[in-house]
Amino acid sequence: MKWALVGFLTVATALLVAYAWLQSGGLKQHAMFSSATPEEAVHALMSEIQAHNYQQAYASLDRSSDTDLASFIRDVAGSDGSLRTYSSLQTAEVSPLHANGDQALVRVRMNWSSAVGSLDDVRDLRVLRDGPVWRVVWPKPAFSKVPLQVVSVNYLSWDVIGRNTSQKWGAQDVDTPKVRITSMNAISRPGRVVILGEVENEDTVPAYLNVTATLLKADGSAIDEEGSFDLISHVLLPKQVSPYRIDFPGVRMDAVKSVRMDARALLVPASADPVIAVMDQKVSKDGLNRNVLEGELVNQSGRPVNIAQVLAAYYDNSGKVIWVSDGYVDQALMPQVSVPFAVDIPDDIAERMKSYRVIVNHYSRSSS
Amino acid sequence: MQRTAHHDFARCKRLAAFVLLCVLPAWARAAEVHVPAVVEAGQAFSIPVQGSGQATFYLVGPDHVVKRTVSLGSDLQIQSSDVRTAGRYQVILCDASSSCTSATFEVKAAQPAHLSFFLHPSRVPVSTRDSIDAAAFVFDQYFNLILTPAAVDFRITPASGAGFSREVSTRRGVAWMRMDSTPHEGRVQVTAALDNVEEARVIQQVAAEACGLRMKAVASGSMVTLETDPVRDCSGNALPDGTVVSFTKVDKAGKSTVDTPIKKGIARVQFGVDGRAQISVACGVVLGNEVVVNGKL
Repeated sequence: MKWALVGFLTVATALLVAYAWLQSGGLKQHAMFSSATPEEAVHALMSEIQAHNYQQAYASLDRSSDTDLASFIRDVAGSDGSLRTYSSLQTAEVSPLHANGDQALVRVRMNWSSAVGSLDDVRDLRVLRDGPVWRVVWPKPAFSKVPLQVVSVNYLSWDVIGRNTSQKWGAQDVDTPKVRITSMNAISRPGRVVILGEVENEDTVPAYLNVTATLLKADGSAIDEEGSFDLISHVLLPKQVSPYRIDFPGVRMDAVKSVRMDARALLVPASADPVIAVMDQKVSKDGLNRNVLEGELVNQSGRPVNIAQVLAAYYDNSGKVIWVSDGYVDQALMPQVSVPFAVDIPDDIAERMKSYRVIVNHYSRSSS
Repeated sequence: MQRTAHHDFARCKRLAAFVLLCVLPAWARAAEVHVPAVVEAGQAFSIPVQGSGQATFYLVGPDHVVKRTVSLGSDLQIQSSDVRTAGRYQVILCDASSSCTSATFEVKAAQPAHLSFFLHPSRVPVSTRDSIDAAAFVFDQYFNLILTPAAVDFRITPASGAGFSREVSTRRGVAWMRMDSTPHEGRVQVTAALDNVEEARVIQQVAAEACGLRMKAVASGSMVTLETDPVRDCSGNALPDGTVVSFTKVDKAGKSTVDTPIKKGIARVQFGVDGRAQISVACGVVLGNEVVVNGKL
């Protein structure tokens, strides 16, 4: 009788522990960390990256991976204050492309969350069988090395001396920069109305610019007012032109009678440095068969640019702006180093567009 | 509670003063007061008062009230500090029998002593029609707006070239003019002057849109260096350093663009060229020339 009670308690405890393990996602976790198939191996690797266990992730790689731990961490976690360093891996979608008995090719679509929205990183990874498990071969990241050099930077910068509050009425003041909306186009997109176009700083001083649009009904009352937020280059140097896009979610085009535009500019200190070249731009398809505008950014100055945002305006045959899209680059732009970028183009826009123009917004930790 | 009572008391005082000032002129039956019709602001003067005994004197101006006890039969002195603000004043004199008399007079602004000068804008492109607005408000030493017409002289002194002036008469205290910007960039000083009073402002005339934008290409191996001629507007003024010039190259590799600022008057950029390349240049909305590079020039 006594032993029967002990046996019952032992079995009950084991059952409860097993139930708790299942409830806490143990089964799923086991599947994620096991590497019995190529997909499971990639899932396991992604789980380690998601948990910031970079050493364990690196240890799980196949030995044929031609990368060291520091390069691997730099590749997945970012460096130099880039956007990737402020991001975390949210999801990883894994899909097999090809497999045989000993090796497989697996596509992983990593979705990183950041302060500026989600960023996709699609990679095709080779996975090799290593006895009973599969291991990912991590390709050697191609980090460009810049030879040591001195880059002279002597571009103009502008400072502003503000008005003294003790000055009397009528004392001279400095005007705000003169900016002009050079084009405006209202288009209907699924579930929203979009206002887009271009704006130019016509002045000889830099401008901090914001464009707002108000949609008006037939009776003149406002439907909604929105600003361009980050779909514009806010700081415009003299004679610089920026595209802008303003989204009005939930508004139908047939409800809009007219649009009131407002471009407000402030005089701000600014620097003409850095110059970022946008090289080898072309429209192509990405790994997910989406239309993208891709190219390379080259920071021509001597200081790193931590976060870069690409803004692209697309024009039809008549030169009218028909779409504006943007994309953040998750790598820092080191001096003189090419960094690839790609921004999405909706399918219908890709069919109609005749030309495009790209500008780059940049943010540097040490910049003014 | 104490605060409320204090406010109520102050309100009662103001109401009583108002009633007094409204009602007293209606009783104006006694000795007559002779005041000058017009007095200059800040100018002391006297009012002869006949009779004998004591009386209460009130001076009600646009921004203050004076009350004092005076002796009848002598001149009543009005201090300069009591009539500094231009406008309509009322004098009320009440004798011991509560018989009151009143008179009104006008205080007009004194001689011009201050100019408030507005010059707009602070920056203006050269050779732009009706682009400069100047407005001068004429005040006396007590900052009363002088409503009588006066001739304000606007003297324009460009950085280069001869200066000129334009005389404008004030209307209701304001003189204004509108003028074109001159064809040359640089500081333009505009001075508003009236008698011995002067107020100067400065406008910066800046280059207008680029004109005849041209670049030349110098090939070196697979690289090509593009350099603009000095970037100038149609009047020959150099666009300021920092102005952005856009270079666009289209070749087999795709399209490449560089927005580069003008430095020492010119913009320069270097591209790698892959076969035949078409390169264009623009500054703002102004397009420049195009060059075609076939790998070699």
